[in-house]
Amino acid sequence: MLALRTSTRQSLAGLLLSLPSGALLVSLYVAPMLCLLLLAFTNYEMGNVDIEWIGFSNFSRVLNDVVFKRSLWNTLLYVLIVVPLSVGGGMFIALLIHARRRTRSFYEVVYFLPVTSTLIAMATVWQFLLHPKLGPINSMLSWVGMSSQNFLGDPTLMIATLAGIGVWQLIGFNMILFLTGLSNIPKELYEAAAIDGVNHPVDRFFSVTLPMLGPTTLFVLVTSTITGFKVFDTVAVLTQGRNQSEVLLYDIYLEGFTYSNMGYASVLTLIFLLIIVGLSAWQSMHMDKKVHYG
Amino acid sequence: MALNICSVSKSYAETQVLTSVSLNIQAGEFLSLVGPSGCGKSTLLRTIAGLEQQDSGTVEIGGVPVDDLRPNERNVSMVFQNYALYPHMTVAQNVALPLKMRRMSWQQRLPLIGRWIPGHTHIRTSIDREVLEICQSLQLQDLLTRKPAQLSGGQRQRVALARAMIRHPAVFLMDEPLSNLDAKLRVHLRNELVALHKRLGVTFVYVTHDQSEAMTMSDRIAVMDQGHILQIGTPQELYTKPANLKVAEFIGTPKINVFQLRASSPSHFAWGHVELETTCPNQEALRLALRPEHLVMDPERLGDCGIQTAAHIARIEDHGSELLVHLTIHGYPDELFTSRVPRHDRRHALSVNQALTVGFHLKHSLFFNAHGQRIEVD
Repeated sequence: MLALRTSTRQSLAGLLLSLPSGALLVSLYVAPMLCLLLLAFTNYEMGNVDIEWIGFSNFSRVLNDVVFKRSLWNTLLYVLIVVPLSVGGGMFIALLIHARRRTRSFYEVVYFLPVTSTLIAMATVWQFLLHPKLGPINSMLSWVGMSSQNFLGDPTLMIATLAGIGVWQLIGFNMILFLTGLSNIPKELYEAAAIDGVNHPVDRFFSVTLPMLGPTTLFVLVTSTITGFKVFDTVAVLTQGRNQSEVLLYDIYLEGFTYSNMGYASVLTLIFLLIIVGLSAWQSMHMDKKVHYG
Repeated sequence: MALNICSVSKSYAETQVLTSVSLNIQAGEFLSLVGPSGCGKSTLLRTIAGLEQQDSGTVEIGGVPVDDLRPNERNVSMVFQNYALYPHMTVAQNVALPLKMRRMSWQQRLPLIGRWIPGHTHIRTSIDREVLEICQSLQLQDLLTRKPAQLSGGQRQRVALARAMIRHPAVFLMDEPLSNLDAKLRVHLRNELVALHKRLGVTFVYVTHDQSEAMTMSDRIAVMDQGHILQIGTPQELYTKPANLKVAEFIGTPKINVFQLRASSPSHFAWGHVELETTCPNQEALRLALRPEHLVMDPERLGDCGIQTAAHIARIEDHGSELLVHLTIHGYPDELFTSRVPRHDRRHALSVNQALTVGFHLKHSLFFNAHGQRIEVD
């Protein structure tokens, strides 16, 4: 029997105990990433048996890919609309609802409904609402004297329309998170504020509510940005990428599963992942300094 | 300034929290509100502050009714049990906030752009100077840039005090400000608060459930129970002449000994098996209460005690300077009573299960009727 020192024995036991979860972590998260990285250097096509190593040519193709650039721009625009509106709107609605007593749960359910409903099903409703001729939204526009719009066909309007649906989908979820954040603010802080003369709601918001919501806001910002970048279902169902309405995930889906260019799709996926990881890390690190954790 | 509370009542839904409470607090007085939890003392304090609205009754500060005024317009400051410091602000910002709210216009208070509004710098400088002064008087000057999370409990307490002091209020309201601190610091801060009260000379209303805090700090104490004030008086009065059995039991540690007296004949009562030479007509039941220091065991002092009986020692607590001896007393087999023995009185050895004689002098005993009211006995 080997006489091992206690510390050695303990670290061996530790390694052994962490082995199962470590193995799972590698096989479920790290290995697929490595596969993705390897595929990016090949011309692999779905169903094709021979794979060739083609070096960086997939990467150089990205630089001249007009569709990819457009989808990147469209996605950025989408995120720039969805994140401020869904985060700011979610916070605003949470503030309105928070003080309600009897009606609060009613509002919570109403705003949360879009989160629970599947978009594929709701798409039909949106298609009807936004229909250029039959849709109620257009009839309202013509009623106030504006010309009717082809929301899901006009390239200048499409991304904004999709973003509107994105906000509709996300705002309830963000609101619930903000409501939790609001109920975690100690009541005494508001009482101390009342005694200190912080009476106006705007003062109260900037002196107590907003700073105390810091951690929640950071979390909601990061998750909303990720959700925004991952926009896919609305595009797939409502526009199918028609009239230059491609977004990143839809482009990847087209390249990989419709055109079978798995190698190229892998490169696009890598870029997508880099954007999300980079942005989340930047948001967290930059904002973390300003956020107070109580 | 004087503080007058006139028949204030308050209820939440079905629960009556304050029942017609009246209280007159003199200018510069240190008054403590004590009582068990749920007795309404905090609600009364919050009503004075304006954080709760009473259902009826009036609150006057300096002779002026303040019922329709907002908390900040009442010229009161409050220190909360958990300090309620703004966790995202530095010590200096916490202390400065009341002045900022009072002296700056809303444009000047705006985040980011406020500093460009005319007059901001001038007000800012004067506020900073006052903050520094107050913080220096509480030895906080080295902590100005810290956040509350980086402070110890005692330091947070002092920041809360500084924030309360900076407006120079007429009345200080304190809601169990020491209860979150460890025992040693609590005793130390008691003295600091008393010194602060002397220095500022303003009215203090101090809520606590700790009777020893109230006894050691206050000019007067109001004992509350179930929304009523049971008695108001100096610590000495409450200790020696409690109006009520609840007050007698609440004030003083260890708790006062309470004996149920046996009616031996109409108007005559017995303590266990000892007939008392007192008459007390028209009483159905009578209780006798005795402070632990008046339940005597020392043979030399027993001679002065008119009333004596047999007892057994059940347990001895050694507190260093004194002993607390828990006894069973003849005639009260199921109860334990406490006798306080100063260290220098221990001329004879005491041990558990020892049989001995205990006694007391009738002049030290307090009598309470069936309703718990204290009565004088001939």
